[in-house]
Order: sequence, then C-alpha cells, then structure tokens
Amino acid sequence: MIRKNIRSRRARETRLKIYGISSICFALIMLATLLISIGLNGYSALQQAYFKVDISVNTEKFVDERDFLNNKKMNLFNWDGLVQSALREFFPEVKERDEKKELFAIISANAGYDLKEIVKKKALGSGSHTLSVWLHLSDDADQYLKGRLSIDIPEEDRRINNKQIAWVNSLVERDIAKLKFNKAFFTSADSREPESAGILGSVVGSALTLFVTVMFALPLAIMASIYLEYFAKPGRITDFIEVNINNLAAVPSIVFGLLGLSVFLSTFGLPRSAPLVGGLVLGLMTLPTIIIASRASIRSIPPSIREAALGLGASKMQAAMHHVLPLAAPGILTGTIIGMAQALGETAPLLMIGMVAFIIDIPTTFTSSATAMPVQIYMWSDSAERAFYERSSLAILFLVAFLISMNLLAVILRKKFEKKW
Amino acid sequence: MAIKFRTKNVEVSYSDKKAIKDISLNIKKNTITALIGPSGCGKSTFLRCLNRMNDVIENCSIKGSVLLDEQDIYGPDVDPVELRARVGMVFQKANPFPKSIFDNIAYGPRIHGLASSDNELKDIVHNSLEKAGLIDEVKDRLNDQATGLSGGQQQRICIARAIAVSPEVILMDEPCSALDPIATAKIEELMNEISETYTIIIVTHSMQQAARVSKKTAFFHLGDLIEYNDTDKIFTQPENEKTQDYITGRFG
Repeated sequence: MIRKNIRSRRARETRLKIYGISSICFALIMLATLLISIGLNGYSALQQAYFKVDISVNTEKFVDERDFLNNKKMNLFNWDGLVQSALREFFPEVKERDEKKELFAIISANAGYDLKEIVKKKALGSGSHTLSVWLHLSDDADQYLKGRLSIDIPEEDRRINNKQIAWVNSLVERDIAKLKFNKAFFTSADSREPESAGILGSVVGSALTLFVTVMFALPLAIMASIYLEYFAKPGRITDFIEVNINNLAAVPSIVFGLLGLSVFLSTFGLPRSAPLVGGLVLGLMTLPTIIIASRASIRSIPPSIREAALGLGASKMQAAMHHVLPLAAPGILTGTIIGMAQALGETAPLLMIGMVAFIIDIPTTFTSSATAMPVQIYMWSDSAERAFYERSSLAILFLVAFLISMNLLAVILRKKFEKKW
Repeated sequence: MAIKFRTKNVEVSYSDKKAIKDISLNIKKNTITALIGPSGCGKSTFLRCLNRMNDVIENCSIKGSVLLDEQDIYGPDVDPVELRARVGMVFQKANPFPKSIFDNIAYGPRIHGLASSDNELKDIVHNSLEKAGLIDEVKDRLNDQATGLSGGQQQRICIARAIAVSPEVILMDEPCSALDPIATAKIEELMNEISETYTIIIVTHSMQQAARVSKKTAFFHLGDLIEYNDTDKIFTQPENEKTQDYITGRFG
C-alpha cells in the first residue's frame, strides 16, 4: 500500500521537475531568440560605408589675423562643393544636371559638414593643404553594400537606381569605397542622416538623468524607510502613508510624466527636455521601489543589533545610522539598482517633459536639452530609412548590455559589502 | 545600604494585555539582585522598565513610577539616552556588533564622548576588557571581528561593552541562557568581581545561578511580585507557598 503510494509520489515529483526544467528552457530559448534576432538585425550597424577622396583646401580663406581658424568664415565656405567636385573627378562622364544630382545622392548629405569638422580638428596652419579623407556614403549606398536593399524590385520603387548602383560598384572596385568601423555611431548624437546618427548623445543623456535620479531618490528613500521603520508611531497616518507608497509603486509611469509637466515645468519653470527634470520625474517614479526594498532590508537586520546600540545609550538615529544602515546597505543597494534599471528603460514619463525629442548635440549639463536611450531607440525605429532600423537594433543591444552591467555591478557590490556574521 | 532603584506600583501593558501589575520593589546599591520566575511572568518586562528599553516597543504603556537615585526616570526632563548610559544592559543572546572587538568596546565611549584622545580611548577599552576578564584572551586580536569569538567570549564582550560606558547599574537579561557551564561560571565570577562597583540586576531561569550569585531575590509569577527577600531566605524559608513550589520544582 505504502510502496504504491511512494511510487506515485515519486512520479509526481519527477513530473514537477520536468515542468520546471521545461519552463526554464522555454524562457531561455525565448531570451536567446530575442537577442539573436536583434543581434542579426543590428550587427551590420557596426560598419558603415565610407569613400576616400583627396581634397585640396587653402586655409588662408578662413584664417583670421592671429593665424587661427575662424569658425564663422569656415561655416560660410562651400564644403559640399569641395566634396562634390572631388567626387566628380572619379566620374568625368557625368555632366548633366540631373545626373549630377543623382551622383551626389550616393554620398552623405553631411559629407561637407564632416569635412569641415575634420579640417577644424586637424588645426591646419594657413596655406594650401591636400588631405586624403574618408567620408560617409549615403545610407542607401551603405544599405546596398551591406546587401540589405533588395535590388530585385523594379527600379522606380527602389531608393537607389541602377546608375547609382553602378557608381557605387565602380567606387568599390577602385578600392575608393568600403565598409569600415562605424565610429560615428559611438561618438555622435542623433541626426536626420542615418550615417551620421550616433548613440552617444542619448547615452550621455541617460547617464545624466540617472545621476539626478539616484541623487534625488536614494537619500529620500533611505530617510523615508528609516522613519517608517523606527520613528513612525503606528496609527492611521502611518498606515495611510504606507498604503500610498505601495500604491505609488503601481502607478503608470506616464502619470509621473504628467506630474513632472505640471509641477516641475509649469510651476517651478524648470527647462524642458532637461536631464534634471527627467531625473526628478524618474526619481519620483523609482522612489517607492527603493523605499520598499530598503524597508525590507532594514527589517531583515536582527533587532538585537539595534537593541545593543540603544542599550549603550545610542540615540535612535545613531543606532540606525551606525549599525542598521551599514548592515542593510547591500539590500538597499540592490533595490536601488533595480529601480535605476527600471528608470533607464522608461520612455513614457519622458514624453511629457519633452525628452522625447530630436536632439543633435551631446548634452553637457543637467539643463541642456537631452534625450534618453530608450527614447532614441523608439525614434529610430519609427524612421523610414532602412539604415535606422539596424541602428535601433544595435542601440537595443547597447541598452541591454548597459542593463546587464548595472545588474552585475549590483551583484558585485552586494558581495563586497555583505558582512559575515 | 542605599537604595538605587525604587519602583512604586509599576504596571506595564502591551496593547490591552497587562504584562506586570503593581510592582513595588527597592533595589539596593552595589548588590546583585536576581529576578526569578517561570517564563512569561514579567521579569524581563520589569527589567526593561528600568532603562526604558520598553520605549522601543510599540503599544507598550507604563504606569507607576521608577526612581533612580530618587529621581523619576519617566519624568519629562529625563532623556532615555542619558539614562541608558547610566543603566547599561546585557541581553539574553550575545549581540556584539559585526565590527572589531576594539570598535565594539569603544562604541559607547565614542558616542558619549568619554575619551578626549585616542590613548584615553585605548585605556578605556583595555580597562573594560580587563574588568570583564577577557584581556588575556583577546589583547592580541583587538582588530578581529567580535562575531568570530565563542559564545561565552561574545557575551563577555557585551559585558565589557556595557562597562566601558561606566554605568551605575547593569541589567542582565538571562545572560547565561545560551552558554555552557564553564562560560557561565566565568560570567558569574565576573559578576561577583564587579558587584562592588556596580549595581547588578539579573533575570535568570536558573535557580542555582540566582542562589549562587545574588544577595537579594525577587520571585515573579503571572505578572505579580510574589516575594522579595534576601536570597538565603527565599531559598531556605520562603514565606509564600508559590515560591516554595517554584524553588522546589513543583511548577515552572
């Protein structure tokens, strides 16, 4: 009788184990599929099509009296024309106006600007110089070279026509055009032209925002949880506060964006699109998460430690600050980093305060216009150009890597600070 | 001999439940007083009244008066922080801070500003460890974690930590309940040695311990103080029948 029972119990146990393992496998497969599909879409954005031109430029035109390059004079110069005439030297047969236009479409619309920046960076002295520079091809030529534009469809439906394909191929044959590492992606901010669009602007924006978030939310959360755990007298008001903290954790994030809009922007008059405001809004959003984690962590410290301190005549604050908080720190830290990771991936509240915006400068202060990584991904994935598609995939991988390294940091810090009893 | 603590009609209740009722007790200075009684009789609650450790517990209310050197410790002008520096406490479970031995002992003097220099602080730590009879065991490893010591040593660290603040009274809440007989003997010896300079009040479950160390014994039962007398009297000719029953092991 018992033996029979044991057999069926064993079978049940085995079944449960199989369910568990298969659900973990399922989750892992899903995760792998996700990462692989994003990776396959995004890896090609690591490269970008460049072409090489030899350009002779006479800097005398933009040097001022003190032999410095003058920005104003440089901006007035026709850099596009310089690049275009250099390109035409490769294809002397192109004469007609329309044809020339088609030819110039295979190079980046920003090529002239890029050339100017290169010249500026080299800080050439006055005189005539010949430079050999690599400039971006247009996103369509780039996508064609990567094989991401299908050339089977009729010419008039294509973004790149047969003539342009021939020119690009001829450049490649002459070793003038090739795929190189896409430096712009990692060093510049957003742009209308995919070939000049980069992620650095939004990474810096996210970093500034998160810095404000943690500086704002962490001290508040620690103080609130110590108050609630050790000082608050149980009663209606405390219960009310507690219920509301738990409620806040479940409030849709866009509501925090609305709050930011009406309080920080309208009432306090803080600047729009600024990491300062974004950080405050995300800080309010993550506050309940951190408070809940901190309270759990504080509660897990044996009361005997606190009693020992109180018994020696430490004040409540001293007992909390000297003994409980250091021991609770690893738990608080974990909660904080989870909250930060949540804030890092948030787009909706930023929508309301103008951080969902096209910003071409890398933000330098907490009040300069900025955007955040998830916002950047959202905007790129919404763009028509094929080249933005691979860039948004690569940016997603970047964001995921950012998140993983944050969580890794949490684990390392917890291991480091955890005290052994 | 002078009276250190004088309690009058002390009553403590948690929410609605009365833990102790109407306790009036005079505790002599520089003597060891033992509080005995079965579990849940209120002796620990009473002990914690004497340095206001019950303040920390929610829903705990106290009536009556507790006078330390004839001054009401629940009076409006008494700061519990200052009081606890005068009335130290050693808990049932040894609870050293997860810090070095030195920092454990030095914590009290540091927060109260008892030492004006590093050398003075070192002297305080050294003297406290000496009084607690620990100095030979730990003097070479003052920077080791206190939590790495044995249970008995940890409890003596806690006693040394209490002594370091130079209190007038030391409350001990079953300090030996988790220790082996050898460690217990060491702590009892230590209590005897320091009882000349400190008033010690000890809660214990071991009647032998109460008989061994204390001069006076109070027997608690179900929140009432049943009998309070010289220890010799209590253990040889108890006046109350319940005391008789308890010390002879008929209940409890």
